[in-house]
Amino acid sequence: MRNTTSAGQHTSATPLLQTVALTKRYGTFLANDKIDLDIWPRQIHALLGENGAGKSTLVKTIYGLVQPSEGELRWEGRNMVLSGPSQARARGIGMVFQHFSLFDNLTVAENVALGLDGKESFKEISARLERVSHSYGLPLDPKREVWQLSVGERQRIEIVRALMQDPKFLILDEPTAVLTPQEADQLFVVLERLKSEGRAILYISHKLEEVKRLCDTATILRNGKKVATCNPKAETAASLARMMVGAEIKEVKPAATREITVPRLAIVDLNLEPDDPHGVHLKGISLELRGGEILGIAGVAGNGQDELFAALSGERLAKDPGTVVIEGIAAGHLSISRRRKLGAAFVPEERLGHGTAPRMRLSENALLTGHVAGNMVLHGFVNTAATLNAVDRTTKTFDVRKAKRDPEAASLSGGNLQKFIVGREILRNPAVLVVNQPTWGVDAGAAAVIRQALLDLAAGGAAVLVTSQDIDELIEISDRIAVMFHGRLSEPLPTAEASREKLGLLMGGSSLEATEQAHAAGT
Amino acid sequence: MQLVLEKRAERSKTVALISPLIAIGLTIVTMTILFAVMGKNPILALYVYFIAPLADGYSLQEIAVKATPLVMIAIGLSLCYLANAWNIGAEGQFLMGAVAGSWIAVKTQGIEAGHWVLPAMLLLGAIAGALYALIPAICKVKFGASEILTSLMLVYVADLLLDYLVRGPWRDPQGFNFPTTAEFDPVATVPTLIEGGRLHLGSILALIVVAAGAVLLGKTIKGFEIRVVGAAPRAARFGGFNANQLILLTFAISGALSGLAGIIEVAGPVGHLQPGISPGYGFTAIIVAFLGRLNPVGILIAGLFLALTFIGGEQAQIAMKIPLDVTKVFQGVLLFYVLACDSLILYRFRIIFSAPQVARGTH
Repeated sequence: MRNTTSAGQHTSATPLLQTVALTKRYGTFLANDKIDLDIWPRQIHALLGENGAGKSTLVKTIYGLVQPSEGELRWEGRNMVLSGPSQARARGIGMVFQHFSLFDNLTVAENVALGLDGKESFKEISARLERVSHSYGLPLDPKREVWQLSVGERQRIEIVRALMQDPKFLILDEPTAVLTPQEADQLFVVLERLKSEGRAILYISHKLEEVKRLCDTATILRNGKKVATCNPKAETAASLARMMVGAEIKEVKPAATREITVPRLAIVDLNLEPDDPHGVHLKGISLELRGGEILGIAGVAGNGQDELFAALSGERLAKDPGTVVIEGIAAGHLSISRRRKLGAAFVPEERLGHGTAPRMRLSENALLTGHVAGNMVLHGFVNTAATLNAVDRTTKTFDVRKAKRDPEAASLSGGNLQKFIVGREILRNPAVLVVNQPTWGVDAGAAAVIRQALLDLAAGGAAVLVTSQDIDELIEISDRIAVMFHGRLSEPLPTAEASREKLGLLMGGSSLEATEQAHAAGT
Repeated sequence: MQLVLEKRAERSKTVALISPLIAIGLTIVTMTILFAVMGKNPILALYVYFIAPLADGYSLQEIAVKATPLVMIAIGLSLCYLANAWNIGAEGQFLMGAVAGSWIAVKTQGIEAGHWVLPAMLLLGAIAGALYALIPAICKVKFGASEILTSLMLVYVADLLLDYLVRGPWRDPQGFNFPTTAEFDPVATVPTLIEGGRLHLGSILALIVVAAGAVLLGKTIKGFEIRVVGAAPRAARFGGFNANQLILLTFAISGALSGLAGIIEVAGPVGHLQPGISPGYGFTAIIVAFLGRLNPVGILIAGLFLALTFIGGEQAQIAMKIPLDVTKVFQGVLLFYVLACDSLILYRFRIIFSAPQVARGTH
């Protein structure tokens, strides 16, 4: 085990927080296996690992949400037993979760007040909220209702709420997953400041470049075990990835030549009112996608990506049939089944409950989208052999790992279920594939398989529309990238011209011209 | 010490099968206590309830006769419930089917009509039940009205309509002012299967309905649609299945089966239309549907079991002067335990000994 951080850097002799052989068992499954971790003040400590490596369990244990099965927590050198998060907060441990726990219809101040343990009056809380948020450069209007705020602003609420308890130790779970690169930069400034104030930070991420830039120490988990503690600045992104995955990740290879053919999917001036009061109004969206092409749509979550997906899939119908054109046929008024018959296939963001029925078998989930065409249904009767055959083919082609031939969808890991869903659609040989967040929450190995599958599908002549919040993913596989902001879609840029910086500015709402100018001024 | 419910990774198949048995066991324990409190001999009471009816041929036939409407209605209800559509008004659809079918019987009374009468009655009964069930279904789909309330309230409308008809226009002139129609003609009567017995053709129809339900749910795309819409509505929409259409469909099927059961009951065991033709079949069928795990074969077994409680209840009333209401208590307790035991399919009990003072050795 490496330990390149010298003790000389530390100002105090004992770590602020220690986990000693911390173990958490769920039945026979070891989520955390004898994990030793030292957190020092004045340090940003990265916690790296793939999904399911045990990161969440570990931080939940530290925050008092999960009771350890064995091992010990030490706070400033002394044994600590936490029966709940309020005890953790009382000691000075704060946490910012990846999924926000905010009430949309309440104001910023009301949300913060609900999350605080003390006996302050609401007025005092509002005043202190304004003070804290300004002093850290995280401006927030206490009187605004949460549903009006951007994702970045919502995260600010969570961070400010944690800071208002003046924590000695702050845990952040994937804080940049929902931010534009510029917003992430602003966050890093805040984190550096917190560090300089002597606080300790545990930073969970799987963005390795970010960790190399920001963190002083990194602990890497794999399959519930600690693999290494190292100085990320002294490592390369590839070496960190190797430690996380335990093997080289296959590189995704685009086909050398891809022929761009006929238009397969067109969106023509699509305007759509949201059907839910907090939804996004789609405004004047147009694009054309040809066979052999992959078009990426970048953007911060909640800028209309879900609404666009629903409009393309037919889960929401447009009034004007001509707004969505699939294979040359006006399809805006057609149901999702009719669109599938035209050769379209769809992969939604949410795997469980949207892409699949969680408590149904894979064969039944193959039938879910496969019933429209092919041999799965004969005279109203289900051909079970054909559905099982579809499962077997998907399993084989996309390396879906599962305990038995035909398990319930919910029993598969995220990566394997996603491979199944993407594979299920690809094996139907679609002419158009619309996929939302293809590798969200998926381990690196599965993500590589899925990206490769999308590239291969395009190489075979299909048009692929990928919506993702992961800019690197889009740059890796797309030919052109457009950005979604407040229900509008920017003009697509050829990937060669789409720098992270440019995309980031578009994601933050700047127009393309302004972006060009900023770019020109910057260079 | 602490008792906690812990979520299972996968649904437990074993518990899914034994949970109704656990529920029956708990119900029997509860009833034993209840009988004891009432001052009756619990062992004897349980014998009269559950064993005695199985011992003679007459009671066995009677069980099949009582199970017939229960099973037919419950199969329809199970389709609704699987699709997350809550039809509570099967009792009303049962009565409407009985009324509509009886209309033909009353109008053809004594005119030597042909053998078309009974099939026409059954058909009309089923159609009336379906149409009556579509009222709450359409209100749900068009206006978002709670189908639970509307379907339930329509039970009382049907009940009063039947009451009005047999006291007014359809009353038997030779009936000494009793609120009843005249006895139906032989061509308007469901034939019995055994000479002089009570078992009738309706029981065969119920078995056909069970088989059809099993094929529909297990083998057809419609059955799959029904199950997906209930289990994962968003995934169903993604699959291209229309939830509103399925609400209408399942309500219509359920209403048709209830209506059919109603007219069979009137044209079979009862023989004429009168108030009180149903001892709450439409409501008891809800218990049958859940006790049978919303599975057609399970419903057949559950229907026979609930029928046993009706017969046992009658015999207990005669032999031990136990009020008939105890049967309803029994059925209510049973439903309660069935639903409670169902949580064991997705959750398991775990006992945690003492709060983890020291974070070690709790396993």
